[in-house]
Amino acid sequence: MNVSLDAPSTSTKRPAAGRARQGLNHSQREALAAYLFILPDALGLLIFVALPMIFSLSLGFFSVNGFGGFQFVGLKNYQRMLVDPLFLKSFWVTFVYVLILVPALYVTGLGLALLVNRRMPFIGVFRSMFFVPNVVSLVVVALTWQVMLIDKVGFVNRLLQMIGLSGYSWLGDPRTALYSVLFVTVWFLMGYYMIIFMSGLQEIPKEYYDAARIDGAGPWSVFFRITLPLLRPTSFFVLLVSIVSAVAGSQAFDLIYVMTRGGPANSTSLVIFYIYQQAFQFNNYGYAAAMASFLVLILLVITVTLFALTKGGRFHFT
Amino acid sequence: MIAVLALLTVAPLVWMISASFKPGNETFGPNLIPLRPTLENFTYVFTALPFWRYMLNSFFVAGTVTLVALWFHSMAGFALARLRFPGRELLFLAIFSTFLVSLPVIIVPLFILVRQLGMVNSYAGLIIPAIFNAFGIFLLRQFYIGIPGELQEAAIIDGAGYFGIYWNIMLPLSRPILAALAVFFFLANWNAFIWPLTITNDQNLWVVQIAIASFHQQYSASWNYIMAGSTVVALPTLILFFIFQRQLVESIKTSGLK
Repeated sequence: MNVSLDAPSTSTKRPAAGRARQGLNHSQREALAAYLFILPDALGLLIFVALPMIFSLSLGFFSVNGFGGFQFVGLKNYQRMLVDPLFLKSFWVTFVYVLILVPALYVTGLGLALLVNRRMPFIGVFRSMFFVPNVVSLVVVALTWQVMLIDKVGFVNRLLQMIGLSGYSWLGDPRTALYSVLFVTVWFLMGYYMIIFMSGLQEIPKEYYDAARIDGAGPWSVFFRITLPLLRPTSFFVLLVSIVSAVAGSQAFDLIYVMTRGGPANSTSLVIFYIYQQAFQFNNYGYAAAMASFLVLILLVITVTLFALTKGGRFHFT
Repeated sequence: MIAVLALLTVAPLVWMISASFKPGNETFGPNLIPLRPTLENFTYVFTALPFWRYMLNSFFVAGTVTLVALWFHSMAGFALARLRFPGRELLFLAIFSTFLVSLPVIIVPLFILVRQLGMVNSYAGLIIPAIFNAFGIFLLRQFYIGIPGELQEAAIIDGAGYFGIYWNIMLPLSRPILAALAVFFFLANWNAFIWPLTITNDQNLWVVQIAIASFHQQYSASWNYIMAGSTVVALPTLILFFIFQRQLVESIKTSGLK
C-alpha cells in the first residue's frame, strides 16, 4: 500500500498557549487520555487477533483433544504434513488457484476500469452493475451459481444447449470444478478491483495524456508508456491484497464450503479448507494449527518480498 | 458493448430473484420472467422455518458489531491522529500490522481461545471477536489527520477536555465517513459466514447465512425454496447498496489510495 506510516507533523503542532493550560503535567494528561481512547481497540486486537496469531505458531507443536487438553508432540504435526497426500494435494490446488486468480483479477479489474472510466449516458448505472455482485453474500453467490451450473438442467447448460453445445457437469467433474469456483470468484470480485483501479486512473495527471496526444501516440503506446507505469502504486496495492486474500482463502472458503465441500476428488480442497476440515470435522486442532502456521509463513514471505521489491510500497510520480 | 457486459454481470442475480418467484417445476427454466409467478416459495420459507428468528439474529449481531466498532475505532483513530504520547508510531504500526492477519488463517486458535472464554454458542461469541479490525481504525485516523488543527486549538483554549474534543468536534465532523463505514461494517457482518459457522451450532443463534447454507443441505432438491431464501438474505444488502452506493464506493477508494 502506498501509505505513509508516519503521522503528519501538523497534528502535533499546537501553540504554547494551549499547552500551558494548568501548567502541570500537561503532556502526561494528554498521553493518559490517548491511552484510554485506544485501550478498548488495542485490548480487543491483542486478545482476538495478535494472541491467536502467536498462539497458532506454538499450537502446531501440540496435540489438542476436543476438551482442551494439550500434549506436547514436538515436530510430529509438521512431519505429518510432509507425508499427508491430502495436504500436498491441497497445497497444489491452492498454488493453481492463486496463480490463476491474481492475474485474472488484475486483468478484469483494470479492463473494466478502463472501459467505464469515460463520460457517456448511463455510465454510472453500468459501474453499479459491475460492482453489485460484491455486496451479495458469498453464501448466496455460491447457492445461485450452484443452481445455474447444476448438471444437465442448470441455467448455464440450458443456454449452451440453445446454441448447440451439450450440457456439462461443471462442478461434478474434477477437471472443471476448480475453474468453475475461480470463475465465480472473479465474477464476485472484479467490480471491487474495478473501483480501486478507477480511483488509480483518476489520480494520473491529465497533462500526460495531452502531451502524448500531441506527440501522436496511439492508444496502445499510451497504455503501456503512461497508464501502466503511472498506475504502479495501485497495481502494488491490488497485487498485495489479491495475493494475500487468495492464499488466505478469504472468498474461497465460503464458496467451496457451499458449492463443492472440497470435492469432487479433492479437486477444490484449498489448504484453508483442509485446515478447517482437520480442525472442526476431525478435531485435529494441533495438526490444523501446524498447517495454518505454514500458511502464515508463506503469507509473510510474499508480503516481505512485495514490500522489498517496491522499497516499502512507496511510489512517486517522476 | 459495455451494456452487454453489464447485463451479463447482473444476469445471475436477476435469475436468482426470478427463480424465487417460480414454482418448483419451473426453477431451472432459462426464462427470466416466470411463466406462472407465485409467492408460495417465500411463504414456505417463512412458515416452515423460523426464518424471522434468523433475520433478527443477523440484524442484532451485525448492528451491534457496527455500532461498537464505530465507537471504538473512532476513539482510537482520534487519539492516534491528534494526540501526542510516547510510543504513538509504534502502537500505530502494531495496529496496522494486524491488517494482514485474515480470519481463516487464525480461526483454529481463535476458536480455542473463545471456547476457553466460555463464549461458544452465545451472542457474545458471535459479536465480540468480530468488532476488532485495523481497517476501520486506519481509515478514521486518516480522516482525523486531515481535519484542520485550529478547531482543536480553539476548543482547548475554551477549556474543553480531550473527551469533549472527541465527542463535540471530531464525531460530528466525521459523520460522512462514519456513515460510509457503518454501511461497510454492516454489510460485512450481515454477509459473514465462516465465524458464525464455527462458533454456533445452536439453531436459536443461527444467522441467516448459516440458515440458508444448511437449508441447502437438508432440502438439496428444493431449489425454488433455496432461491427464495437467498433472495430474502440478499435483499437488505441490495437495498443498502442502492441507497448508499456513493459512500460505499468512496470508502473502498480510500482504502486503496490514502
